[in-house]
Amino acid sequence: MADINTINKDFADLFNQGNELLLEGSSDVMNETRKNAFQDFSKLGVPTRANENYKYTNLIPAFDHPYNVNLRYQQVDVDLNEIFQCDVPELDTNMVLLTNGWYYGNNKELTELPKGVIICGVQEAAEKYPEIFNAHYGKYAKTDEDGVVALNTALAKDGFFIYVPKGVVIEKPIQVVNLLRSDRDLMATQRNLIVVEENAQAKIIVCDHTLTHHKYLTNSVTEVNVARNAIFDLYTLQNQHLNSVILNSTFIRQESNSNVLSNTISLYGGTIRNNHHVILDEEHCENNTFGMYLMDRDQHVDNFTSIDHAKPNCLSNEHFKGVMDDQASGAFAGRIFVRRDAQQTQAFQSNNNLLLSNDAVINTKPQLVIDADDVKCSHGATVGQMDEDALFYLRARGIDEKEARQMLMFAFAHEIIEKIRVEPLKERIDELVDKRLRGEISKCNTCAIACNH
Amino acid sequence: MGKKLNIEMLSIKNLHVSIEGKDILKGINLDVKPGEVHAIMGPNGAGKSTLASVLAGRDLFNVTEGEVNFQGKDLLDMEPEDRAKEGIFLGFQYPIEIPGVSTVNFMKTAVNEHRKYKGLDPLSASDFLKLMREKKSLVEIDSKLTNRSVNEGFSGGEKKKNEIFQMAMLEPKLAVLDETDSGLDIDALRVVANGVNKLKTRDNATIVITHYQRLLDYIVPDVVHVLYDGRIVKTAGKELALELEEKGYDWIKEENGK
Ligand SMILES: Nc1ncnc2c1ncn2[C@@H]1O[C@H](COP(=O)(O)OP(=O)(O)O)[C@@H](O)[C@H]1O
Ligand SMILES: [Mg+2]
Repeated sequence: MADINTINKDFADLFNQGNELLLEGSSDVMNETRKNAFQDFSKLGVPTRANENYKYTNLIPAFDHPYNVNLRYQQVDVDLNEIFQCDVPELDTNMVLLTNGWYYGNNKELTELPKGVIICGVQEAAEKYPEIFNAHYGKYAKTDEDGVVALNTALAKDGFFIYVPKGVVIEKPIQVVNLLRSDRDLMATQRNLIVVEENAQAKIIVCDHTLTHHKYLTNSVTEVNVARNAIFDLYTLQNQHLNSVILNSTFIRQESNSNVLSNTISLYGGTIRNNHHVILDEEHCENNTFGMYLMDRDQHVDNFTSIDHAKPNCLSNEHFKGVMDDQASGAFAGRIFVRRDAQQTQAFQSNNNLLLSNDAVINTKPQLVIDADDVKCSHGATVGQMDEDALFYLRARGIDEKEARQMLMFAFAHEIIEKIRVEPLKERIDELVDKRLRGEISKCNTCAIACNH
Repeated sequence: MGKKLNIEMLSIKNLHVSIEGKDILKGINLDVKPGEVHAIMGPNGAGKSTLASVLAGRDLFNVTEGEVNFQGKDLLDMEPEDRAKEGIFLGFQYPIEIPGVSTVNFMKTAVNEHRKYKGLDPLSASDFLKLMREKKSLVEIDSKLTNRSVNEGFSGGEKKKNEIFQMAMLEPKLAVLDETDSGLDIDALRVVANGVNKLKTRDNATIVITHYQRLLDYIVPDVVHVLYDGRIVKTAGKELALELEEKGYDWIKEENGK
């Protein structure tokens, strides 16, 4: 097995030898950001378990593999719009496709978007809308703290860009489908930017869909700025296959009176690491950060989160729940920072885990750093087995043990699903989670919302 | 020549039960016939709830000796869900709150499992709702409660009503009601007792566990047993309940050597 130095050196070689390709087609701002990020990466490297923040996720096996890397958009030899259709009943969305981290070149035109809304690739946005793009790109994702984020920024070429202008309410959710389709093992770098202006409202659903069975490593970073009074939902549905590695970092900045809800649902994947960072940068923000993970076999999930109360009078609710079976392993880290002047902060956090086998493991670690005195904070973590009293109660009414267990597991997970503010999506996820818990989705080749292909 | 069939519905013989090596039930004998109402009374810790739980199939307890026959079948050999479908209903002393499991879904699943066991098709959605409505009015339980998760946030009294509602939905052969009267005000007590009485037929039987006489003013027992220290130490008619009410349990304790 390669050691970490070899892995880091390979990336340095890739950066240097591929430099021309990396710079090609990217704007000056992207390339300037890239250069700095590479310097950060050179210092940080791919995080190892010696790094406190990656203590529970070993990335060496994930990176130690000869992946193909596309530094240039690869033409797709089929019409993805044809082979990919989403069949969720009643779920009517503005859908765009990405292929291996790149904005798909033949996306259908979205005819129902309100005036001024922009949905396109990041490269295109950097070129066509520099005043918006440059004001936000690279401003929230910190490359000097996490080697994974630095690596993404150093290699970033494309991803999706979504802009919702002042006062515009997009009724129909925007659905971004990340298609992974390659005839070789692939490392995809995806860099996304979402800008929601004052009083605007948007809901975004991001889902994965692996079209071939190759080993994939996806390193994606999404930056989000939500301006005053805006309301924004971000649903992330992770559903790849057992041979995939998902590194997903999200950085959300909120301005005054904004309301953000994110829900990250991890149904399937070999190794999943979610970095979820929120900064409540002005007063009276509300943030809801939810997540759910259902892991079995040798799957691994690590949700690493931080909610930064930088200003007074903000409210945050964080709730992650997980069901772990077989030899699955996982971790949850929940950091809450309450800065010195952030009085009247309310911050609530909990992480509940249901362990279904003796071999499943979860490490859960709340961490509150509170520098203000007038705050209301709570956190709680539980790791437990199924409630035997509840199980008996159901069985005593004639419900067989298997079904009773299913009902209880589903109920456990449903608390998080319930928080989805898109009704048809909620119903589909309910259905999917029910199936997943019944073990009916074992080999997953369908996207999280079971699209056809 | 008009001889009444004397078949027991439930027959408990020399039942010994322990938990964590501690003997709780020390040789219980009890026969219940269809149409009968039995009351089991006794001080706290006597083993009443243990007996009820063992009948329902809770595996926390170890049966070390004895047998239980229910309608000709070895009850102890059955899974809890099969006992339920055979017609045993336990009204829990402490009904469990199950957040996230809706009462409607819970009852629909339970009712249809019972139907499947009897070889019947599942109820259609509308027939099920009709059944719900009918049984809700029987126990005067509010839709506000049945629209929630099972017992979640219910008051003590509401939980007990919900037990009787479930009993009404499942129409058991033998209902074992464990302290269904505790925590009820007089109105709720009357509602619960009325529910039980309305569900009463010649073919089903009820075991009412209580340590107050109060409930037995409404649900009149044919037989009253006193359970003390894991044994049935006294069996008589309903007048025994009144006697216990008057004198308390001390005389029982004294008679049985403390
Ligand atoms: N789960 C248990 N673990 C240990 N002891 C128990 C448990 N349940 C009941 N017991 C013991 O069994 C005895 C009888 O309890 P119980 O059947 O609840 O009595 P009752 O219902 O008559 O008040 C008590 O001494 C009680 O402490
Ligand atoms: Mg009791």
